[in-house]
Amino acid sequence: MKNATQGDVVKKGVFGRLADFFDDRTGYRALMHDALYERVPGGARWRYVWGSTLVFAFMTQVITGLFLWASYSASAQTAWESVYYIQHEMAGGWLLRGIHHFMAQAMVVLLALHLLQVVIDGAYKAPREVNFWLGLILMMLVLGMALTGYLLPWDQKGYWATIVATNLAGIVPGIGPSLQQLVIGGSEYGHHTLTRFFALHAGFLPGALIVMLVVHLALFRKHGLHAKQPITKPDAMFWPDQVLRDAVAMLAVMAVVLGVILVPALKAMLAGEPVDVGHLGAELGAPADPSLPYAAARPEWYFLFLFQFLKVFEGWGATGEFLGAIVVPGLIMGVMFLMPIIGNWKLGHRFNVAFTLGIVAGAGLLTAMALNEDYYAVWVDKAALADAQKLYDETGGDEEKLAAALGGDKAKITAMEAKWEKLEKIRHSQAFLDASKQAKLDAARAIELAGRPEKIPPAGMLELVRTDAKSQGPRLFAQHCASCHAYVDPQAPEAASVLAKASAANLHGFGSAAWMRGLLDPDQVAGPAYFGNTAHKDGDMVNFVQNDLTDADTWKKDDIEAVIAAMAAEAGLPGAKPAEPAVAKGRELIASDERCGSCHRFRDNGADLGTACDLTGWGSRDWLVGIIVDPTHERFYGDTNDRMPSFGKADEGSLAPLTRAQIELIADWLRGEWYRP
Amino acid sequence: MAQQHRPVVHPADSRRGFLAKALSIITGGLATLAPVGAGVWAFLDPLRRTKAAASYLPVTELAAIPDDGVPRQFPVIADRVDAWTGFAAEPIGAVYLRRAKGSETVEALSATCPHAGCFVEMESTGKCFRCPCHNSEFTLDGGIVAPSPSPRPMDALECRVAKNGEVEVKWQKFRAGVADKVEQ
Repeated sequence: MKNATQGDVVKKGVFGRLADFFDDRTGYRALMHDALYERVPGGARWRYVWGSTLVFAFMTQVITGLFLWASYSASAQTAWESVYYIQHEMAGGWLLRGIHHFMAQAMVVLLALHLLQVVIDGAYKAPREVNFWLGLILMMLVLGMALTGYLLPWDQKGYWATIVATNLAGIVPGIGPSLQQLVIGGSEYGHHTLTRFFALHAGFLPGALIVMLVVHLALFRKHGLHAKQPITKPDAMFWPDQVLRDAVAMLAVMAVVLGVILVPALKAMLAGEPVDVGHLGAELGAPADPSLPYAAARPEWYFLFLFQFLKVFEGWGATGEFLGAIVVPGLIMGVMFLMPIIGNWKLGHRFNVAFTLGIVAGAGLLTAMALNEDYYAVWVDKAALADAQKLYDETGGDEEKLAAALGGDKAKITAMEAKWEKLEKIRHSQAFLDASKQAKLDAARAIELAGRPEKIPPAGMLELVRTDAKSQGPRLFAQHCASCHAYVDPQAPEAASVLAKASAANLHGFGSAAWMRGLLDPDQVAGPAYFGNTAHKDGDMVNFVQNDLTDADTWKKDDIEAVIAAMAAEAGLPGAKPAEPAVAKGRELIASDERCGSCHRFRDNGADLGTACDLTGWGSRDWLVGIIVDPTHERFYGDTNDRMPSFGKADEGSLAPLTRAQIELIADWLRGEWYRP
Repeated sequence: MAQQHRPVVHPADSRRGFLAKALSIITGGLATLAPVGAGVWAFLDPLRRTKAAASYLPVTELAAIPDDGVPRQFPVIADRVDAWTGFAAEPIGAVYLRRAKGSETVEALSATCPHAGCFVEMESTGKCFRCPCHNSEFTLDGGIVAPSPSPRPMDALECRVAKNGEVEVKWQKFRAGVADKVEQ
C-alpha cells in the first residue's frame, strides 16, 4: 500500500502492464466488476439458479449446434445421410448429437421450472413486466427451435410430425395456406422444407433469441434480482457465491444429460455386452418416405399434450381443430402475456398462480392420456377380456348380434360393450406398438445398409431402402401375395392358424431342402402348407407323392433325399450346401423319364413343357421371377394354373400389376438374398 | 481529454436539425432495405410456385382390384420435381381403390388424412379406415365415423377406367383441417 501510493516505485510485471494497457483503452475492469459484483439480496440461494441453467443450456445448444452444423447437410438426399454419418461414423459424433438432442429436452424442462418460479414468486410484477414478456417470447423461440430441429434428420418420425405441424399452420385463418407454403418452401415437402427449417433452427430463431436474451439479461440487471421474501440473511455478491451455486447446477444439468446418453452403455458393459456407440444418444429413424405410412408418428414428448389436445375436440369438425390448434393455445399465451396486468388486481396474483399450475397440470394430464392410449396394450390385463374377445369374434362386433347372444339383458350388454371399448383401445394401442416396432426394425435396417462398404448411392438413402429386398419384400408380399399365400415358419406356434386361412402354398423357406422335404411328404403334400387349399389338391403331384413315392421298393429313402438335395441345389439359396454326391444322384433321378422326368422337364431330359413345371433352376431367382411374371407360361402351370395372377404381364398398352423391379425384390426376399453386414 | 470541453453544436431543435434526423433515418433505412428486400423477395419465392394442374395418372389395371367392395391400397407413381432435383417415376402418394361385385367402376380415396395429413390405414379388423395419428376413423367408403377429430370424410378422387382396363386417378391434394374440400 505504502509503495503504491508513492507512484511508480513498484514496477508492475509484464502482464500487469498489459492489463493496464487494455483497461485504459476499453475499461474492461469496470465492465467485469459490473458483471460480477451484482448484489444478491439476502445472499446466494439455490433457488436462483434456474435462469442461469437456461442460459447454460442455450450455450450448450449453440456450441454443439455449431459443431453439428459443420457436418450437417440440409437437403432431401443428404440430411438423413449426413446425420447418419455424424451418428454412426464420425468419432464422437454420437456424443455431440446426443448432448444436443437431450439438452434440448432439458431446456424445455428448465423453461417450465423458470416460468413456474417467476409466476409463483410474483417476479412478473412492476417494474419487471417487460422482462416477463421477453421471457415468454424467449420461451416461444425455444419451442420453435425444438419444433424445427425435429425435422432436420429427415427421418420418418420427424417428417410425419412436421406434416401434422405444418398442416396445422395451414388452418390459421386468412394467411394459413400462404404461411404453410412459405414454411415448407413450396407445395411439397422436400429440399426447401429442410433448408428453411434449418435456416429457422440455426439462424433466424437463435439470432432473435440472442437479441432477446441480451435485453432480458440487461433488464434483469437493471431491476436486480427479485429476492425471495422475507430476507433473513445479509446480502452477498453474485461473484463468487451465487456463481458457484449456478456452476454446480449447470454441472448437474449436464450430468443428467450425459447420464441419459451413457447409462445404456453402462448397462450393456455391466451385462458384458458389446457397446455400439452409434446407438447411444439420439435416435435416427428410417429415412423419410412420403409413400410409406408411418403409424408411429408422434411429436417429441413435450409436445404430446398438444397432440393429445387435438383429440379432445373429437366430433367438433373443423371448428375443433381450429380451437385445439390455434384458439386455445393462443388464448393461453394471451392470458400469460396479460399476467403482469392481471397481477395488479386484488386476487390477480392468485389467479395467475392457479392458472399456471392449471396449465401445467392439464398438460401433464394430457401427456399421461396420450401415453396411456399408446401403451394401453402393455399394461392392461388382456386375460380378463378373453370372454369379450371371444364374443366379439363370434358376433363380428355387431351390436344386434351381441344383444341376441346375451339374451337382451341390458346390464350385461352395457358391461360387454364397455369391455369391447377396452378391446378397441387395445387394438389401437397394439397398432401403435407394432408400428413402433416396425419403425425400429426399418431404422436398424437403413443404418445397416448405410454401413455397406459401397456406401450410400448419390441418389440417397431412400433409393437404397426402396431397392432392399429385406425391407421391401415383406411389404410387397403382404400387399400382393399374402391374400392367398402364407409365409410362416412351420415350427412357429401360430403356424396352424395362419395356414388355415391361406389358399395357396406356404412360401416360407421356398427353395430350401426343408421345404422340398415337406412337399415330398405324403402327410403334408395335400395339407394347407402345400397343395391342400388349391385346385391341385387332387392333382397328379399329390397323387404321385401319396402313392408312388410311398413305394419303398422304387423310391428308397436315400433316393428321395437325393432328389431333395438336387432340388435345393437348383435353388441355390444363400448358405445352402447340399452334399455333392447326393445332388448328382438326385439330378439323375429327376431327369429320368421313369421318375420325375416322366412329367417334369429338367435340363435337357426332353420332357414336354406344359404338363408340369420345368424343374430346371427350380427356386432360383430367375425361376421365381418367371413364375411371378406369368404362372400360365408353359414353363410353369400352363393351362392348369389355379388362381395366381400374371403379375408381370401387361396387356397391350396397359400396366402390369407389378414392375420387374418389384418382382425381383419379392423373389430376392423369398430366397433370403439381401445385403448382410 | 481536451476535446470534451469544446462546445457542441446542437442542431436538434432547429429546422435543419429535423431535416438531418429525417434524412439520416431515410438514408439508413434505404441502405438496409436492399439486403432485407432481396432476402424477403427470395424467401417469398415459394408463394409464386403454384402446383401444376392435377392430371389423371395411371395407377393400376382393373383386374388388380378384386370386385369384393374391399378397398386396396395402391401407390401413385409419377415424375416429381423437388426444387433442383427431378425424380422419374417415384411413388408420390397412395390411394385406396375399390369396386363392387361385378362393377366396372372404381371408387378412389386419397390415403392422406383430411384432418392433419397423416397416412390413413386399414384397421386390422378390415372393417374401417383409421388414421394412426389422432384416431380419425372412416367407413370403407370414406365416410366419417362419429365422433371424429376429422372435419370431413376422406377425400374421394376422380377416377376413370380407360379402354385398355387401366385405372386412372386424378391426383389431387386438399387442404387439411378444414370442413370443405379445397384443393391445396
